[in-house]
Amino acid sequence: MENLIALLVAAPLLGAAVLLCGGRRLDRSGHWIGTVLAAASFVVGAVLFTDMLGKGAEDRALHQKLFSWIPVEGFQADVAFQLDQLSMTFVLLITGVGTLIHIYSIGYMEHDERRRRFFGYLNLFLAAMLILVIADNYLLLYVGWEGVGLASYLLIGFWQHKPSAATAAKKAFLVNRVGDIGLSIAIMLMFTTFGTFAFGPVLEATGDTSEGKLTAIGLMLLLAACGKSAQVPLQSWLGDAMEGPTPVSALIHAATMVTAGVYLIVRSGAIFNAAPDAQLVVTIVGAVTLLFGAIVGCAKDDIKKALAGSTMSQIGYMILAAGLGPIGYVFAIMHLVTHGFFKAGLFLGAGSVMHGMNDEVDMRRYGGLRKYMPVTFVTFGLGYLAIIGFPGLSGFFSKDKIIEAAFAKGGTEGWILGSVALLGAAITAFYMTRVMLMTFFGEERWRHAATPSPDEPDVEPAAATGEPHPHESPKSMTIPMIVLAFGSVFAGGLFSVGDRFLHWLEPVTGHDHGHAPVSATTVTAATMVVLVIGVAVAWAMYGRKPVPAVAPRGSLLTRAARRDLLQDDFNHVVLVRGGEHLTRSLVYVDHTLVDGVVNGTAASMGGLSGRLRKLQNGYARSYAVSMFGGTAVLIAATLLMRAV
Amino acid sequence: MSATAVHSLWTTAGEVTSAAPGDRFTAPTIEYAQLAPVLIVVGVAVLGVLVEAFVPRRARYTTQVFLTVVALAASFAAVIGLAADGYATKSAHIAAMGAIAVDGPALFLQGTILLVSMVSVFTFAERRLEPAPHGDGVSPAGTKSRAWGRVDSFAAQAGSVPGSDSEKAAVKAGFTTTEVFPLLLFSVAGMLVFPAANDLLTLFIALEVFSLPLYLLCAVARRKRLMSQEAAVKYFLLGSFSSAFLLFGIALLYGYAGTVSYAGIAGVVDGDIQDIDPALADTMGNDALLLIGGAMILMGLFFKVGAVPFHMWTPDVYQGAPTPVTGFMAAATKVAAFGALLRLLYVVLPGLTWDLRPVMWGVAIVTMVGGAVVAITQTDIKRLLAYSSIAHAGFILAGVIAASPDGISSVLFYLGVYSFVTVGAFAVVTLVRDAGGEATHLSKWAGLGRRSPLTAAVFAVFLLSFAGIPLTSGFSGKFAVFKAAADGGAAPLVVVGVISSAIAAFFYIRVIVLMFFSEPKADGPTVAVPSPLTMTTIAVGVAVTLVLGLAPQYFLDLASQAGGFVR
Repeated sequence: MENLIALLVAAPLLGAAVLLCGGRRLDRSGHWIGTVLAAASFVVGAVLFTDMLGKGAEDRALHQKLFSWIPVEGFQADVAFQLDQLSMTFVLLITGVGTLIHIYSIGYMEHDERRRRFFGYLNLFLAAMLILVIADNYLLLYVGWEGVGLASYLLIGFWQHKPSAATAAKKAFLVNRVGDIGLSIAIMLMFTTFGTFAFGPVLEATGDTSEGKLTAIGLMLLLAACGKSAQVPLQSWLGDAMEGPTPVSALIHAATMVTAGVYLIVRSGAIFNAAPDAQLVVTIVGAVTLLFGAIVGCAKDDIKKALAGSTMSQIGYMILAAGLGPIGYVFAIMHLVTHGFFKAGLFLGAGSVMHGMNDEVDMRRYGGLRKYMPVTFVTFGLGYLAIIGFPGLSGFFSKDKIIEAAFAKGGTEGWILGSVALLGAAITAFYMTRVMLMTFFGEERWRHAATPSPDEPDVEPAAATGEPHPHESPKSMTIPMIVLAFGSVFAGGLFSVGDRFLHWLEPVTGHDHGHAPVSATTVTAATMVVLVIGVAVAWAMYGRKPVPAVAPRGSLLTRAARRDLLQDDFNHVVLVRGGEHLTRSLVYVDHTLVDGVVNGTAASMGGLSGRLRKLQNGYARSYAVSMFGGTAVLIAATLLMRAV
Repeated sequence: MSATAVHSLWTTAGEVTSAAPGDRFTAPTIEYAQLAPVLIVVGVAVLGVLVEAFVPRRARYTTQVFLTVVALAASFAAVIGLAADGYATKSAHIAAMGAIAVDGPALFLQGTILLVSMVSVFTFAERRLEPAPHGDGVSPAGTKSRAWGRVDSFAAQAGSVPGSDSEKAAVKAGFTTTEVFPLLLFSVAGMLVFPAANDLLTLFIALEVFSLPLYLLCAVARRKRLMSQEAAVKYFLLGSFSSAFLLFGIALLYGYAGTVSYAGIAGVVDGDIQDIDPALADTMGNDALLLIGGAMILMGLFFKVGAVPFHMWTPDVYQGAPTPVTGFMAAATKVAAFGALLRLLYVVLPGLTWDLRPVMWGVAIVTMVGGAVVAITQTDIKRLLAYSSIAHAGFILAGVIAASPDGISSVLFYLGVYSFVTVGAFAVVTLVRDAGGEATHLSKWAGLGRRSPLTAAVFAVFLLSFAGIPLTSGFSGKFAVFKAAADGGAAPLVVVGVISSAIAAFFYIRVIVLMFFSEPKADGPTVAVPSPLTMTTIAVGVAVTLVLGLAPQYFLDLASQAGGFVR
């Protein structure tokens, strides 16, 4: 059975190679090849999953070593895969959602002449992401980590003719670089500390290692997670990444890649368990991002950017849960999976709306679309209910568990984290209701909005083509949305009833109930209350009153949130300006000091040379004098040495 | 004092060199076999003079070239034979009544000199570069093979006044100065003896034997004859001046030791020999004589190797002399002179190591730095190479100072490396020509790499080797010398050496940049197509540069096997 593991990666990798090297002759069939290979990978995953279910909890982990990658004395790196319950969960999520999004893209990218290339990149992404989650050591994980970074870069900038897309791709790449440095340093630290970077030996050896070293490794891993999962302070790229095609936003920047940071932390649980300080930082990062993303999501008028803020916020929940230690690991992953369903569904819904609205993304020019796009409305609506935690739907179970776990952390910490999580739930309810109302309800603002939006002049086609004609998307797009909607509705219940998911993952991550200061029922009740408050406020602001087509000026916080809470301004002032000043001063030092010394030396040598050259005047008599003087000095020096 | 000293010099010299004290006179024993390398060269040189007298003019060139090549080859074979018989190592010997040492360094240096002379002879014999002697001297297009290729780099008739009617007549008649070949052989003979000389008189005679033909050779350039003659006169004057110092130093040392043999002087310096000659009772053992005499002899040798401040003849003479002669002189003279310097310091004056150290250090430092610095502003390629040779003399001096077996072997290796690169580089200089002969001004070399990539690339290889860039022989040599110097306690010298190398790298690389990265000039020079002779010289130079750069170990071993002086 373990020999099948490599097939998981091989299928999409083959697809990427064929599609990217195959040239134009594959233009007509390329998207099918890509989709079939993604589906093949999913089938392999499903087969492995069934096999795994048939075994006892302790025997489920599979291992396959392909070859020795860097066999050096004292440094053994293997290309080897490990498929346990945690990896299996990711494999199913990645290949399952991945396949659906491949299918969706067939319709969505129908008119793009570079569709073959798009599918090649998608397959490349799948292969890299699978390597990331089934690697059995940190070095191979790093390969996948960089691979998804590359795929993300290529796909964000897929419409590279748009300067905004090219810039966004570059920004994502650069910010991720900062995180990647964290991962590489963590791997180096592991190698110096443990002499290896394979999961097994490293995670077993944490007991005998000093806490300081583990904290350092943990913080470096967290830095990596922050980069990849768009957590504060490396969150700035995710909003811009929405420049990529919407299926990309759904797959990479909502369901899978951005959750790699959560995987990394949960996978390295043993390190964090032994380094409480690092754990604390993880929870703080999660809590801050949770609020940060939610606030940004409230202010955005661009539907995809509002969803991006939401993604950031939901991953904040996961990171927060992961930082809670064994209390939260299982729930972090559970929320990750349910989020994968409903957020991918929401993005696909947003894509469907854009598809019917001439690629318009400004929600102020939507409104009343439920009549025109019934399937999209229903699937999007189910995703909406799931994310705000409507009782019975996926998000209800998974988010509720995280809030409980946060309280269960105990002490002041537990209260603060729990309250933040609750507050986040309220804001989530608010901004998602806002999205829902602005898009599908209210008056049909798109009918008389023919002028381009003043703050988004480069969002092209809507204005140019006049009034849009909203329509439902083709089957290839709606079917994946329907499938995902099923997941959004039922996954949470399926996982939670009888604690199935808990028992499934517990052998890998371990579990601890913590010391909840309040009962689970109380927490659920509180969640319901804040949910209602959030929805009600949104209804009051956007449901009862008409939505102005041009955004009002808004409060200071709103304006800041529209600018992503000034994250870019902060980066610009602190990093860009700081960097510019640093380079300028270095250049100054280089020009004056280094070049000065170098050029000065050269000039003085030249001058000396010119002067000495004059001694060579061509007269034999001068030469003779020089020789005579030289001999005199020679004799004098020799005699002097004896005298001394 | 000098009168008695000179008088007793002659008388006692006979007594000291007589093998059996007590006998009034015995016939000297001469080991002809061990002297074969020198004897062959001298013999053929004499034969060459006879050829000039008796062989018809048109046959002389062929005969002379043939004789010279054969003589050098036979002599080299004799050197190899002696080395194979073990003279280089265990049965090292002093031949000819104590006058000539046959040991490792001597044989190694003689072999090097002979090989370098051999490739130099090829450039001497090159006859395809100069335009036709008949007519106006400009090659008519299309008749290259007939019109070009009759004369070499030497004056039609050395004795004719430049610009006179007799000169024109000689040129028109197509005369050539085939005397250069026997002159070369005489010079080589002197060079062979110079590093092997085992007493001061032999040293002096060898010096004169190789210098006098060189003075003549410098004067016989075909183009720019006045410059050539000026160079020769300067060389002669300054050479005589330095010879006088050398001779005076010899006299003083004789006064100190009562003998001119190296072993004898060394014995007195070390205090092993104390029998005082009554005629020299006033002076013997007087350290002032030893120090002053030693310094003066050193000065004579410094002049020959071109060490600062005795170097000033070098640029003028290198520039004025016919380029083949310059190449020969720059390479072979340096080998011979450094050989003699090594023997003097290691055999005669090891007891003075501490006294001479500051002087040697000072000379090495000013030579390295001076040569490199002044070279920066040179505009003539031959003068540039002259200053480069001065800087290299400084580097070699650093190895000489090391005072260890490694020092000897590294210097031997460096000399071999340097001499081949030098001959090769000057051979390339002979190829780059315009209407006035060789185009030696650097500005004319601009863009040479565009027009003649192969020639420029070969020259670049030589320059890189001069600069000591890894994978060339120059790096191996410099590394060996600096390592020996550092191990021998001369680390500061190594630091200065490396800094000088960096300075020197500037002007070597500048020429490369000029050749490859400048726009060629419209009236730039052309690269003449040489005969296989010059091609061989250049090819050997490139081969040695690369082989000794990539795999120097065998030759380093050879040099270190040859590292012991006989005493």
